[in-house]
Amino acid sequence: MGSKTSFDFDSNIDTALNDGQLRKNLRNAMDILVEKRRAIFPDSDQLQQLRAAGNAIKRRALKKLPQLLEQLEAKCTANGIHVHWAEDTSQANHIILEIMRRHEASAVVKGKSMVSEEMHLNRFLEAHGLEGVETDLGEFIIQLNHETPSHIIVPAIHKNKDEVAAIFHEKLTGTPYTEDVEELTAIARRTLRERFADAKVGLSGVNFAIAETGTLLLVENEGNGRMCTTVPDVHVAVMGLEKVVEKLSDVPPLLRLLTGSATGQLITTYINMISSPRKADEKDGPKEVHLVILDNGRSSILADPQLRQTLLCIRCGTCLNHCPVYVRIGGHAYGHVYPGPIGKILTPQMEGLEKAGVLATASSLCGACGEVCPVKIPIPDLIRRLRYESYDQEAAAVVDGGGYKKNFAETMVWKGWELANRSPLLNELGTRVAGAMGNHLPKVGPLKQWTSVRTAPRIARKSLHQRLRDEGVNHE
Amino acid sequence: MQRKVSPDPSNKVYFFATCLIDAVYPDAGMAAVNLLRSQGVEILFPPDQSCCGQPAFNSGFIQQARTVARKQIHVFSKPYPIVVPSGSCAGMMKHHYPELFAGTKEEAAARDFASRIFDLFEYLATVLNVRLDDRGAPTTVTWHSSCHALREMNVVQYAKALIGQLSKVTLVELERETECCGFGGTFAIKQAAISAAMVKDKVDDIRRSGASTLLAGDCGCLMNIAGAMAHGQLAIDGKHLAEFLWERTNGQ
Ligand code: SF4
Repeated sequence: MGSKTSFDFDSNIDTALNDGQLRKNLRNAMDILVEKRRAIFPDSDQLQQLRAAGNAIKRRALKKLPQLLEQLEAKCTANGIHVHWAEDTSQANHIILEIMRRHEASAVVKGKSMVSEEMHLNRFLEAHGLEGVETDLGEFIIQLNHETPSHIIVPAIHKNKDEVAAIFHEKLTGTPYTEDVEELTAIARRTLRERFADAKVGLSGVNFAIAETGTLLLVENEGNGRMCTTVPDVHVAVMGLEKVVEKLSDVPPLLRLLTGSATGQLITTYINMISSPRKADEKDGPKEVHLVILDNGRSSILADPQLRQTLLCIRCGTCLNHCPVYVRIGGHAYGHVYPGPIGKILTPQMEGLEKAGVLATASSLCGACGEVCPVKIPIPDLIRRLRYESYDQEAAAVVDGGGYKKNFAETMVWKGWELANRSPLLNELGTRVAGAMGNHLPKVGPLKQWTSVRTAPRIARKSLHQRLRDEGVNHE
Repeated sequence: MQRKVSPDPSNKVYFFATCLIDAVYPDAGMAAVNLLRSQGVEILFPPDQSCCGQPAFNSGFIQQARTVARKQIHVFSKPYPIVVPSGSCAGMMKHHYPELFAGTKEEAAARDFASRIFDLFEYLATVLNVRLDDRGAPTTVTWHSSCHALREMNVVQYAKALIGQLSKVTLVELERETECCGFGGTFAIKQAAISAAMVKDKVDDIRRSGASTLLAGDCGCLMNIAGAMAHGQLAIDGKHLAEFLWERTNGQ
């Protein structure tokens, strides 16, 4: 079962659970993020209204997606932005490579972009003798340490201050060891300033692309995003095709939901709205702006009315912050770019169930993610749907790799369960046999897992059925 | 507390035992029945009832869940309210049954069934408007909210209000009351290591509360948490709230 899984989830989980420092770092950080979000949305009725509005806006956008994308392309083009379509990540990478080569750029300065992570852009550039330079502080830290983000908003959240201090000291030659946060930030800033000054190409993600006006909206707190999008002569923005919204007036509620859910902020320090390259009478800004719109499996997700809800996501990361599984295993354990609840539903759809379907098992379906998701994605329902598709019970499964888990033993267990629970006699017999055996149930299989940290459930000598029958309860 | 009315004026209710109460916690089931009866309610207990179907539903075996759900809908077909001593099973039947039969000719029956589902404590607090007379000795308890009572049924307030009526019981809230205990049905088996880490944290939280009893409204959570407490040889009792309420008010 799951033998074709592309990563060793069990061993990743094991490693993470046994890493006391990681567990502590995650718990502290998640507590802070959860508390900040709670504080920024003090009125629960208002929050519910806002979530409903956010959901409606994104739903409407998905409904008209092809039309909105065309409109976005037309508006951007009219504004002087070059629009590129990439069916998969390889195409997207090659588009960027071609732009860099044309401008004889050896490096690209990057603002934080999860789509560029999805493309594994840095690795791709490196293979072509070029460099992707992360300029977001968190991304900068983990790039120094040759790691990938462990969270979609706060990529180095798995590290504490001391660990960051050690990384700076070790990886940036000539840097004295310091745990002073201001000092560390100043070091990063100094290092990055030079890279900004030299860079010919800058790259950013997109939080919302507005079809009506052809505007690319980008939020950030460090100003590095603004540097990447204004200092180099060329700016390349990359986005997943679900990032388009219809109108400028759709943005304020979404922005409020995004920043409130992500970092507990009313507004971010920077909001960049990019609508064209530098105009003739302007003194700064990029001379060339490109927009790369990536599909990478999104249009097939769009085709299914239930699974489509995955694309409502505005990548706020709050489902990670509230997830009892994520807080214990951290982002790297998931073995893919998108961790946590959103990763559990998105990754298996992008990579196929065979490779990543196992992610859907890592949920107790507690519902904490669905409760906080600012655009009301019913994440637990979608996890259940992927579990169902994994066994492909009745119809042809929608997701690639459907039925990969289908196996005789498990199917028989559930068929037996079904039979016992629809036939009263069998049901009663089962309970009686178990009751008679009391605590002598063999501790094998599931019971062995269970009893490694818990005592076995004690089956009662007399079931409630029997007790109520004995006293002659009415059953009409 | 917002008053609710029973869908049927006859003062009869169906009692849905849940499979765990039936087999493992029948005392909690009897306590629930006694609590309802003490309020003048007549209990109807269809013997052909079984499980709500959630284990299969959550594991991806939707067909099997549907067959078992269909069985319950048939067994509980008269217009009486269906009282359920588990927020999780209640959530399954209230919110997921209509989904299971959406677009089929059974949808109307599933919706009617769902509309009659009440969590036990919701029924006691809002329909019966019970007033509890605490006859027990002073004690300190803590409460674990099951995820589905909390997020699907939204009924935790009723359970806590009932505890609040007990004059000699001090309720100490857990630091992370709304965090899952790690049960999650087959999750506890399929992701045993994560589940174990979750229940360990829950038990630590309970220990820190200083309570001598852990109360819960869901036997899945209870089996998990009390099982872990017993495994760690902790002298803290895990109890279904129905049993606790009945003991306290009945002077046992
Ligand atoms: S699924 Fe919802 S909560 Fe999670 S990142 Fe996306 S928008 Fe945020």
